[in-house]
Amino acid sequence: MNAIPDERRVRLGAGAGYSGDRIEPAVELAQYGALDYLIFECLAERTIAIAQQARRLDSELGYDPLLEARMRAVLPVAVKNGVRIISNMGAANPRAAALKTAQIARELGLSGLKIAAVTGDDVLDVVRQGDFKFEESGESVASIDTRIVSANAYLGAAPIVEALANGADIVLTGRVADPSLFVAPLIHEFGWKMDDWAMLGQATVVGHLLECAGQVTGGYFADPGFKDVPNLARLGFPIGEVSADGSVVITKVQHAGGRVTEATCKEQLIYEIHDPQRYLQPDVVADFTQIQVVEESDNRIRVSGGRGTPRTDTLKVSVAYVDGFIGEGQISYAGPGAVARARLALDIVRARLTIMGVATRELRFDLIGIDALHGETAGARNAQPYEVRARVVGRTDSMAQAIQIGNEVETLYTNGPAGGGGVTKTTREVIAVQSVLLPRAHTMPTFEFVEA
Amino acid sequence: MKLRELAHSRTGDKGNTLNVSVICYDARHYDHLREQLTPERVKAHLSDVVRGDVVRYELPNLAAFNFVLGKALGGGVTRSLALDAHGKSLSSALMDLDILDPR
Repeated sequence: MNAIPDERRVRLGAGAGYSGDRIEPAVELAQYGALDYLIFECLAERTIAIAQQARRLDSELGYDPLLEARMRAVLPVAVKNGVRIISNMGAANPRAAALKTAQIARELGLSGLKIAAVTGDDVLDVVRQGDFKFEESGESVASIDTRIVSANAYLGAAPIVEALANGADIVLTGRVADPSLFVAPLIHEFGWKMDDWAMLGQATVVGHLLECAGQVTGGYFADPGFKDVPNLARLGFPIGEVSADGSVVITKVQHAGGRVTEATCKEQLIYEIHDPQRYLQPDVVADFTQIQVVEESDNRIRVSGGRGTPRTDTLKVSVAYVDGFIGEGQISYAGPGAVARARLALDIVRARLTIMGVATRELRFDLIGIDALHGETAGARNAQPYEVRARVVGRTDSMAQAIQIGNEVETLYTNGPAGGGGVTKTTREVIAVQSVLLPRAHTMPTFEFVEA
Repeated sequence: MKLRELAHSRTGDKGNTLNVSVICYDARHYDHLREQLTPERVKAHLSDVVRGDVVRYELPNLAAFNFVLGKALGGGVTRSLALDAHGKSLSSALMDLDILDPR
């Protein structure tokens, strides 16, 4: 029997690259992208901890704050065009996100949608009861037990694949590795095996290219005169047109702003990876070293050659915990002598914080415009900008002391150098994140349906 | 000449570690930049930000390098006191590096 070559193309669109991302390019993709799937990656390291705090106050919350706005904008056109939706907007409460989405669908008059919630990433109890050490600091997790807010494992594609196989139109997850949101529909469509490491490696390349949305279509790329991007204000989000051999063409809606080139694809390929031969993911250890990036035609870039080796026995878990407070104040100086007056201002605040006995675990003094971003550089030593902004920021154990830092910058108005203006003061509670490695057997990823 | 004339770059963050790509506009400059951009040179150029080791990974297929910078984010994105807690602007500092003209 001769195998019939599979000539299908599966079209994946990226509808968001982070939780606050623009919504209109997602609507544009659902409308004009001829998509099979629209995928929203909305969960940064710390986002889930903030969502967990919201859930503790109200058990029906804890999902992405923009979920409702996104679903209202996208659902009508996605349903009309038969586009399935996958997103980690479930954050700390995927079930509540699914219920909310079902309610929105009903209000929009869309019936019969199968909406799935993927759970099992919340491993707070397991991490609390076990004997784990943080990968970053080596501290034991038990030493900060009372301050832990959340612990979520990076799940792989499997529970999303199952939900799709059972007919899900919309899949909402909590913590899932970003590329796995894209790997899952490819496994479902092409029937790839969960231990076909080469294929999963290439699928990870596809997900990695798409997961930051506009960052591969010319966003975060423009450098006038060196790297120009047309119509950035109307930047479109990417489409990945995937073949059965796993190779992908990255492209965009023709009339959308932005540009897809070999250069935009390469920048995104190397973004946030360490060893390109061993990019650790829950589904596979991906190998990016043999990747080929070739322009097929204007705004159509073919990427192939991703490979992989077997996945590891552990999952990465992000543990979020309360870690004191940060207080900050800023003030600007301008004109002749601006830098000298700003330096004097910093010296005064440094001395006054000592006099006032403000206890800080860490203090930092910056001159924005000179050394705030990269410290003592050659450029910083000689810089005499027309205007400069003094910044004082410190870590404290109490909110009261954090407030005092900003206050000592504010008092520079009447107690500091001449001509200071534009004081701002901020304080915030710090939610820090470190990771532990959890044996896979300790997680039970699953999904459930909520009927709309 | 400045590195910016031969290559482009993007910075990514993970925990307290940064990665900075250097991608040749013209693949013919890859070997030249391989000689110029040693990890030691990159660490020295970014010395006030990077407290840990600098590791260079080579991607000849892409005519690119990936520099991984340890202890570069003031204890990590989530707790850093830095104005640019993600270190995202660091790619521009690297593009300011003086290199020899390849001709």
